[in-house]
Amino acid sequence: MTRTRSLRVDRVACTGQGLCAELLPELIDLDEWGYPVLKGRAVPGELRAHARRAVAACPRLALHADRDRP
Amino acid sequence: MNSSATAALSARPSAASGEPRLLAGWYATGRPAALSDHLGRYGPPPVPAGKGGRTSVPLVEAVEAAGLTGRGGAGFPTARKLRAVAERRGRAVVVVNAMESEPASRKDQFLVAVAPHLVLDGAVLAAVAVGADTVHVCLPRDRTAQYRQLSAALDERRRARLDPVRLRLHALLHAYVSSESTSLVRWLNGGPARPQGSPPRTHERGVDRRPTLVDNAETLAHLALIARYGPDWYRRAGTPDEPGTTLVTVSGAVAAPGVLEVALGTPISTLLDRAAGPTDPLRAVLLGGFAGTWLPAAHLDTPLARRDLAPLGAAPGAGVLVALPRAACGLSETARMLAYLAAHSARQCGPCHFGLPAVAEDFTTLATGRADPGLPARLRRRTGLLPDRGACRHPDGAARLAASALHTFADDVGHHLAHGPCPAAHRPPRVPVPPATPPETWR
Repeated sequence: MTRTRSLRVDRVACTGQGLCAELLPELIDLDEWGYPVLKGRAVPGELRAHARRAVAACPRLALHADRDRP
Repeated sequence: MNSSATAALSARPSAASGEPRLLAGWYATGRPAALSDHLGRYGPPPVPAGKGGRTSVPLVEAVEAAGLTGRGGAGFPTARKLRAVAERRGRAVVVVNAMESEPASRKDQFLVAVAPHLVLDGAVLAAVAVGADTVHVCLPRDRTAQYRQLSAALDERRRARLDPVRLRLHALLHAYVSSESTSLVRWLNGGPARPQGSPPRTHERGVDRRPTLVDNAETLAHLALIARYGPDWYRRAGTPDEPGTTLVTVSGAVAAPGVLEVALGTPISTLLDRAAGPTDPLRAVLLGGFAGTWLPAAHLDTPLARRDLAPLGAAPGAGVLVALPRAACGLSETARMLAYLAAHSARQCGPCHFGLPAVAEDFTTLATGRADPGLPARLRRRTGLLPDRGACRHPDGAARLAASALHTFADDVGHHLAHGPCPAAHRPPRVPVPPATPPETWR
């Protein structure tokens, strides 16, 4: 069975570029200054590919989809 | 801190105050304990014979059985922290957090001033327990008298060849967030004293990439007594859930502000009485610190314990109690505190960099009374977006203060919106707030 993943933002690295919310609006909103607000941490199976894309697109490498501990 | 300042800080215990522990020496002699006083009262720290290995499991077990929790504000179980560091491979490091950056708190400064060797004993015993060979003691660099005093205390111990580990004293910049444990670790590693949000955790890889235990000064002093007298003795004070005594700093509208040692679970009204009672009818008390909660005066019978305060959204925090008289404006006081917290953020994360100043500004507008009708909703939304979105808990603490002010002073919010600022908003502040200027350096 594949492990589930959880979103994590490195808040120091993040500069509010906002790509994550564009690529993963199901899980990520932006506050009024453009910084991400996670609506939920757990990545559902059907959003895994989108989450991967959002993680890869972050120019600051601030978005992570950590493997959950079994 | 010189001794006259020390004397002014602490009231003598009244007959009904129970047995002081950390402050027993101070109450008995009225002066700071030199090493000879300390050894006369407590004897040398009971370092286990087989030192050098991980032989001090009994201390970790004793601390666990005692139920000691951290006294820096978060209240984390100390034994779990000790164990997490002890279980890592490689030599560990112990950091004594005596930064006390909380503006309304004096308890660590006071404890370090009157019983420095109790704190240092605790640090050494913890170091042996987790397999550390070095203890770093961290103080803010503007407390020069305290630095000299502690430096002399360390010299005394060195001359007496008391400790099996190396003790080093450091003077760090004094900013609100530089007392955060990861700030200390970053600074000791040559970096800025700003919180670090991302892994590895301090207990995994901290100072010099070694497993690192960071504990508050008071916590370590309790540990030093548990090592001597055991968990049963420790549990004789406090509640079954939250045993032991704790230091509190009582200030504001009380006749004798100062640092007190009380059993956990002591009603807040009793703490005010021990500070010689309120000087005015009270509106609320600020509990925990600038990152704490305004507790309405109706709840003053609540015991000082996490379990009793949690339903009210409050916690003992760093043991801060500021009595606010009815004649003061809670919104203005909060606005000043928020402006300070905003200025003292590390400016590393978006929510602190933008959200916190915006909340502070909204609050100032509300307090000084040019608020638009949309302000309360905006303020609540912005406050709600602060928690859990920073590298450290700084935005969470500011949000807690702001939210509790809106709740406790809800009538004033309505009054300020409808009629402009209350007369009290123009009076001098009751809660002393340091200047809201950002630190000049992070080194």
